[in-house]
Amino acid sequence: MTATSAPRIPRRVRARRGMRESLAAYGFLAPWIIGMLAFTIGPVIASFVLSFTKYNLLRPPTWIGTRNYEQMLQDERLQHSLGVTFTYVVTAVPLQLVVALGLAMLLDRGMRGMSFYRSAFYLPSMLGASVAIAVLWRQMFGADGLVNQVLSMFGVEGASWIASPDTALGTLILLHVWTFGSPLVIFLAGLRNVPRMYYEAAQVDGAGPVRRFISITLPLLSPIIFFNLVLQVIGAFQTFTQAFVVSNGTGGPSDATLFFTLYLYQKGFPGFQMGYASAMAWLLLLIVAAVTALNFWLSKWWVFYED
Amino acid sequence: MKTEISATEAIVTGGGSPARRLRSKADSTGARIRSVLKHAGLTALAVLMLYPVVWMLVSSFRPTAEIFTTPGLSLEGFTLENYTLGWDALSQPFGRYLLNSALVVLGAIVGNLVSCSLAAYAFARLAFKGRRWMFGLMLLTIMLPLQVIIVPQYIMFNSVGWVNTVLPLIVPKLFATDGFFVFLMVQFIRGLPRELDEAARIDGCGHFRTFWQILLPLMTPALATTAIFTFIWTWNDFFSQVIYLTSPESYTVQPALRAFLDSQGQSSWGPLFAMSIVSIVPVFLAFLFGQKYLVRGIATTGLK
Repeated sequence: MTATSAPRIPRRVRARRGMRESLAAYGFLAPWIIGMLAFTIGPVIASFVLSFTKYNLLRPPTWIGTRNYEQMLQDERLQHSLGVTFTYVVTAVPLQLVVALGLAMLLDRGMRGMSFYRSAFYLPSMLGASVAIAVLWRQMFGADGLVNQVLSMFGVEGASWIASPDTALGTLILLHVWTFGSPLVIFLAGLRNVPRMYYEAAQVDGAGPVRRFISITLPLLSPIIFFNLVLQVIGAFQTFTQAFVVSNGTGGPSDATLFFTLYLYQKGFPGFQMGYASAMAWLLLLIVAAVTALNFWLSKWWVFYED
Repeated sequence: MKTEISATEAIVTGGGSPARRLRSKADSTGARIRSVLKHAGLTALAVLMLYPVVWMLVSSFRPTAEIFTTPGLSLEGFTLENYTLGWDALSQPFGRYLLNSALVVLGAIVGNLVSCSLAAYAFARLAFKGRRWMFGLMLLTIMLPLQVIIVPQYIMFNSVGWVNTVLPLIVPKLFATDGFFVFLMVQFIRGLPRELDEAARIDGCGHFRTFWQILLPLMTPALATTAIFTFIWTWNDFFSQVIYLTSPESYTVQPALRAFLDSQGQSSWGPLFAMSIVSIVPVFLAFLFGQKYLVRGIATTGLK
């Protein structure tokens, strides 16, 4: 940074220039700083304070100490919603990444039709978050939906996948896997950076495709896989839209799709239990932070950095 | 870039030692069969993935009763009825919701482009006190669950009477609250040669002119990526829109579609499909024309 100013400039001038640069920097950062305080840090602190209150927007908040947190310990629906969310996170995220990685391996090496495949696989991840796709999912996995129509051609009579507590969550996991295109594109970009000579050298030494994958591709790609894992996990904890639309906002059938964020929404927005919702949000923050920390800690054993 | 890759490809696969070439001749029938199988498998998967969306598109031109009986794509009785019915199914014509969404998206794009590029320039090029921890803080906010800030934000915007307006969805974007895009632009600026700024500085440009006249024009790819991602994410955003927009005339497309779904029974899947298609057309177009920037953008940051 300071290398830009030539060494012959007197220190006083340099200091003044540095100060001017600092001032300019704060000018450029002014919107960001204001936004950070007003829309991020302020609300994070407010949310923490609110979590110790009872507040319904109409009357001023009243301090109730840790009662919201105590209530969370008793709240069976909340615990159930955590279970649903964890089940989703530990199945949907790895499944999606494995599919993306597998396809990235197949698609590598500048093959013919590459751009077609990439577009076809990538498009769903652009659409996946929309209500329209959730509408489609609800029809597809309904009693007379597309899936059962196809199954009946093979003589299988399926019941509604959405209305059954055993399969409702599965349809949402499938929806997440359907959006494997975005990690796929990142993996493809990562694979392009793996020096080809590594593979050639390994091939000369007689390493088969499985060995090459385990000994070359996986270690070199591991930072990218790790990065995606961390972000996908954080994102998956916040899954909302699809569960909301598919279950009409109820989290049903029998709470099978009651994600933590959906329950939080129910408490906070139709329910206006702002204090309780804030306490739930803080619990979510702590869980996400803990899981992310765990991810980083685990990465010591499987993520490989070249230098 | 593409030709470059296929050129190295040719060297790597076509060249090689004579022994390898011999072997590859012996293998070639097997390799060809394998390649055909691979393409067949990949095509089948692509078709399987896109089939539901195509089926929804075709079904939106069918009478509703057929949606529950016809898994195929043949279109016998073509009808636009679903579109006319769906367009006016809610208290406002669907065009109103499209317009509201367009307004939110436009505001978000302009806000993100301006505020994030300003912040990114400071982080990438200027020396100032607190740069390290501020940058770290910015990265942390990318990981912050939205739920933690949405309740106080709601209370704040509610108290100034902004609920049921587009302002809560646009105003924060004017303040670089999407750390992801700041990060993307910082990464991009770091890849630009520093000599450019220095030359401009020697020619007497101040920081703002250096930013505005030298760096900003070179940042077009990063700006395009930001614009397209903002477009798609804001258009699809449901959580904050369903929270802030609760009165029917303020609905954007996503809450409107959800309200439509809620208010209707089995009989209106046709119109629902039709409006679903309408709601994803803009995203599809953004994807079609912006794919290059999307791919490049996520490849440079490694984020989603």
